[in-house]
Amino acid sequence: MQPFEEILASVKSKCTHSEAVADETATPKAIRIHADDLLSVMPELLNHPSLYFDMLSCITGIDNGPGHDMEIAYNLYSIPFGHHLMIKVKLDRDEPKIESVTHLWRSANWLEREIFDMYGVIFLNHPDLRRILMPADWEGHPLRKDYKHQDYYRDIKVEY
Amino acid sequence: MAQNTVQYKYKPGNLLASAPNKLRAESLRAEEMIINLGPQHPSTHGVLRLELLMEGEIVREVVPHIGYLHRCFEKHAENLPYSQVIPFVDRLDYVAAMNNEHVYAMGVERMLGIDQQIPKRVEYVRVLVAELNRIASHFIAVGTYGMDIGAFTPFFWIMRDREHILRLLEWASGSRLLYNYIWIGGLFYDLPVGFEERCAEFVQYIKPKMAELETVLLKNEIFIRRTANVGVLSRDLAINCGVTGPILRASGLRFDLRRVDGYSVYPELDFEIPVGTGEMGTPGDCWDRTYVRVQEIYESLKIITQCLDKLNGEHKRTRDFDPQALLPKKVRPKAQDFYVRAEIPKGELGFFFRADGKSDVPFRCKCRSCSFVNLSVVPELAKGILIADLIAIIGSIDVVMGEVDR
Repeated sequence: MQPFEEILASVKSKCTHSEAVADETATPKAIRIHADDLLSVMPELLNHPSLYFDMLSCITGIDNGPGHDMEIAYNLYSIPFGHHLMIKVKLDRDEPKIESVTHLWRSANWLEREIFDMYGVIFLNHPDLRRILMPADWEGHPLRKDYKHQDYYRDIKVEY
Repeated sequence: MAQNTVQYKYKPGNLLASAPNKLRAESLRAEEMIINLGPQHPSTHGVLRLELLMEGEIVREVVPHIGYLHRCFEKHAENLPYSQVIPFVDRLDYVAAMNNEHVYAMGVERMLGIDQQIPKRVEYVRVLVAELNRIASHFIAVGTYGMDIGAFTPFFWIMRDREHILRLLEWASGSRLLYNYIWIGGLFYDLPVGFEERCAEFVQYIKPKMAELETVLLKNEIFIRRTANVGVLSRDLAINCGVTGPILRASGLRFDLRRVDGYSVYPELDFEIPVGTGEMGTPGDCWDRTYVRVQEIYESLKIITQCLDKLNGEHKRTRDFDPQALLPKKVRPKAQDFYVRAEIPKGELGFFFRADGKSDVPFRCKCRSCSFVNLSVVPELAKGILIADLIAIIGSIDVVMGEVDR
């Protein structure tokens, strides 16, 4: 198994905007990078012959509440080498924007759409950024911590 | 007074505003048309709506629309203590609830650091019931798939046999489908007295029925013609799309998390991982996907037999055994991010937890559901095929909408 330090070193070599930081409390071990470095780090993780993270299992949006930031966590797995990695990115909560990785892993397509639906994160250069679970005319993004649901949806009382 | 009984504000544009088609009628070329398939359609396995761009009988583009069964699982999970989320987890993939519970309980136990202390008997019971439920889920997949493409009899046979599994699980847990049986740190009850014998009888009963099923469905000429070489999913595309489970294995990759991650007691058990070989057509076609599921039923039967041996021998029931002994009084993991994954019948079920270390409620609980990701491969598969083949493809993907929409 590729030691985490080597993965961290190759990620660090690709980061230009700020230093990549390891988070060893996370399972699998995580690396926190700057959002602007995403498109230089992710192709390296996918294409580097000794990393080769060919499966993007999960993308999670996390909202830390008003006054804090928003985060995206990517869970990567390499089938030939059997190593795991979590990449974490912080976003500005008022205007969350990040590059899409759909051109690298197609599984990102729907996972990113779900985060757009639930958190209102805009994925730049996403091929088809529409709401996926909620109706298209729903107001707000339900998984935000300060979400207040609308009182009526077409005269149907919205109860929770 | 006669009141208007329509409870919502009807406007002609409502449908288009809430679930708009991606394709526009204005941009159609000659001979093209837009067809709406679902959400109420028997072959879409629940409430899945497909927007099809057709040219005669040829499908040019498929746009799936989901969300009709969205029940806010993640929002609920953020408002409930860890232990109370389990009934919601049942309702994700409602035909394989034991497997979901197993994954969830395992994840929380690992976060708490008690996963090594779980008694072996509890682990074997968990694997036993999970494998029983895996068989039930594959029965549904294979049976309804046969019915989708015109084989009616296997469905009834399979439902009859599935009933035995449901009754066994009802005996153990008290309910037929949504069990709430596997708890964090243990089980609700120990197995009822006599369960092992009945379960062994079931294994004996089901084996000849499986041979029957193979003859009547898998080796059936009509079935082969409908499924072989249809919806071929190449291995590389499958991996890139994040597809897991029997679909990935049918594409020729021997990848099963029970073996790869070796969680619970699976490393102590002896079982094979069937893969698709293209016996009737091309590797990764619809026939292979069904074949892999049927083979997995045999493997699950093997696992069940081994579990029963252990539960009758080494980890026999004792009078003082309490499956709830290790239940944590307070489920409060340290502050951390945690991703757990395991194999359920449809593929990799993952949970992403963020614990803040201060409360019994998960700060974030994301469910990475396999049906959701597997379904996203349908638009890739369904380009330039016949509409009848599209039905065959959707059935072979085996989606459960409860898990897609969460």
